[in-house]
Amino acid sequence: MREELITSGRMNPNIDPILHVWHWSIPLYLFLGGLAAGLLFFAAFRTLTGDDKKYGTSVKIGPIIAFAAIVVGLMALLYDLNHPLYFWQLYTTIRIVSPMSWGAWTLLIMVPLNLIWIFSYLKEILPVNNIKINFLKKIISWVTVSSENITQNWEWKHKMVKDFEKFVQNNRKPWAWSIIILAVILGVYTGILLSAFNARPLWNTSILGPLFLTSGLSTGAALIMLITKDHNERRSYSKIDILLIIIELFFITHLFMGFQAGSQVNVEAAYYFLGGEFTVTFWVNVVILGLAIPAILEVLELLNFKVPIYVPGLLIIWGGLAFRFIMVDAGQVIRYLY
Amino acid sequence: MRYAMAIDTKKCVGCSDCVVACQTENNIPHGYARDWISETVQGTYPGLHLEIRSERCNHCNNTPCVRTCPTGASHIIDGGIVKVTPEECIGCGACIESCPYDARYVHPEGYVDKCTFCDHRISNGQDPACVSVCPTHCMYFGDLDDPNSQVSKVIAVRNIKVLAPEAGTQPQIFYLV
Repeated sequence: MREELITSGRMNPNIDPILHVWHWSIPLYLFLGGLAAGLLFFAAFRTLTGDDKKYGTSVKIGPIIAFAAIVVGLMALLYDLNHPLYFWQLYTTIRIVSPMSWGAWTLLIMVPLNLIWIFSYLKEILPVNNIKINFLKKIISWVTVSSENITQNWEWKHKMVKDFEKFVQNNRKPWAWSIIILAVILGVYTGILLSAFNARPLWNTSILGPLFLTSGLSTGAALIMLITKDHNERRSYSKIDILLIIIELFFITHLFMGFQAGSQVNVEAAYYFLGGEFTVTFWVNVVILGLAIPAILEVLELLNFKVPIYVPGLLIIWGGLAFRFIMVDAGQVIRYLY
Repeated sequence: MRYAMAIDTKKCVGCSDCVVACQTENNIPHGYARDWISETVQGTYPGLHLEIRSERCNHCNNTPCVRTCPTGASHIIDGGIVKVTPEECIGCGACIESCPYDARYVHPEGYVDKCTFCDHRISNGQDPACVSVCPTHCMYFGDLDDPNSQVSKVIAVRNIKVLAPEAGTQPQIFYLV
C-alpha cells in the first residue's frame, strides 16, 4: 500500500495539529442566528398571509425570543473575536464578497426592525397596569400614561411615540416584507458563511445555505410549538415542522451525494460522516434524534395519538444545535492534504 | 510586477534556518511561526520518496483570505503580496478558515499575522529574510514579470509544482521538483 507521512515543524497554536480557530461560540451563534431567522420569518409570514390575529404567539412572542437569541448570539460572537474592541471595523466597509460582512450588515438592519416590531405590539403583550413594583412603575410612568378606565389599555405619553406606533401599525405589510427578506438572508448566511471557505472541503458546498435556512426555520417552528398555548397554532407548526424535516433530510442526502460525486477531498470529507469519526455523533444526534424521531412523533400526533409536545419540540432544537456544532468541528478537522 | 518564490526541494535539507531568520527579522512571538518545514515521506519501503519543503503563505493570485475578510484588513499590495492591517483586523478568523495552506495564525495581540514576503526588506532591494539566510541557496525570490529575475530563470528550466492547485488559489510559491 502506498503511504504518505507528513511531518510539519510549524506548531502554531490553534492550527497544529488540527485547526481549531472557531470554538463553541461560532456554532452557538449559528444556531441562535438560525433560530432568530426562523422566528422572525414566521412572525412576518403570518402577518403577510393576514393570519396575525390567529397566530398570536408567533407574531407577538416569537420576535421577543428572536431578539434575545440575537443578543446572546452576538455576545458569543464578540467573545470569539480576538480583537473584540475593533468590531466596529465591520461597519466601516461593505464587502459584497465576504459573507461575514453580509451578516454583520443584515444584523445591523434586522435588530432595529425587530425591536420596532416588538414595540408596535407592546401594548397587547404587556398590560402595564398590573405591575406591582414601584421602581418599575416610576420608570414606566416617564414614558406612558395609564388609563383611568380599567377596560382601556395604557397609552404612550409623547405624541411622537404615539404617531410612530400608529405608523408601524398601519404599515405592517411592508414591515413584514422587509423582515421576511432579511430573515431569509440571515438564515442562508449562517450556512453560506461556512461554504465560502473553499479551504475546508466539508463546508465548501453551496447546499449549506438552504440546509441551514431550513434547519433554522425548523428550530423556530419547534420553539413556537413549545411555547404556544393555542391548540390550532401548535398543530399548524407541527405540520410545518414535518414538511421542513422532509426538506432537510432531502438536503442532507444531497449534501452527501454531492460529496460522493466530487473530487478526492470531498469524498474524504463525506467519509468522516459515512464510516469515519463523526458518523455516530452525526447520524444519532442530528438525523435520528433531531429529525427522524420528531417527524414520526408529529405524524402520530396529527393522527390523534397523545404525544407530549415538548418531546419532538426539544428534540428538533437539540438536533439543530448538534448539527451546527458537528459541522463547525468536523469542517475544521477535514482539510486539503498535499 | 509579481513577486514570487521558487524553492528547490532537491536542495532543501530542512534545517529550519528560514524559520528562525523569519522569527528574528519579524519579531514573531515565541511559539509561533510565519514559515515552517514540511517533510513528506511517500511510498512503501524500500521505494520511499522523501521531500522537504519550506512552506509559507503562497501569496495567491486568487485569494480566499482577502475575499472572506469582512473588514478589508486582508488586502493585496503592489507585487501581489497579501498583507493584513492589524488596526483593521477584528480577529474573526475567517481568513484562517479560508486558507488551504493554514498559513495564517492569530497573533497573541489579537490580530491575524502572516508572511509578508518581508516587504520592508524587498523595498530596499534586499531578499526576504528566509531567502537570504538559506545555507543551501535553495530559495529564489524575484519578479515573475521580469524574465531576468532569479525566480523567472529557475522556473523556466526546472520542473515545478504548487501546493493544492485543486483549491483554485493559483499559489505563487513554486516548488522545484
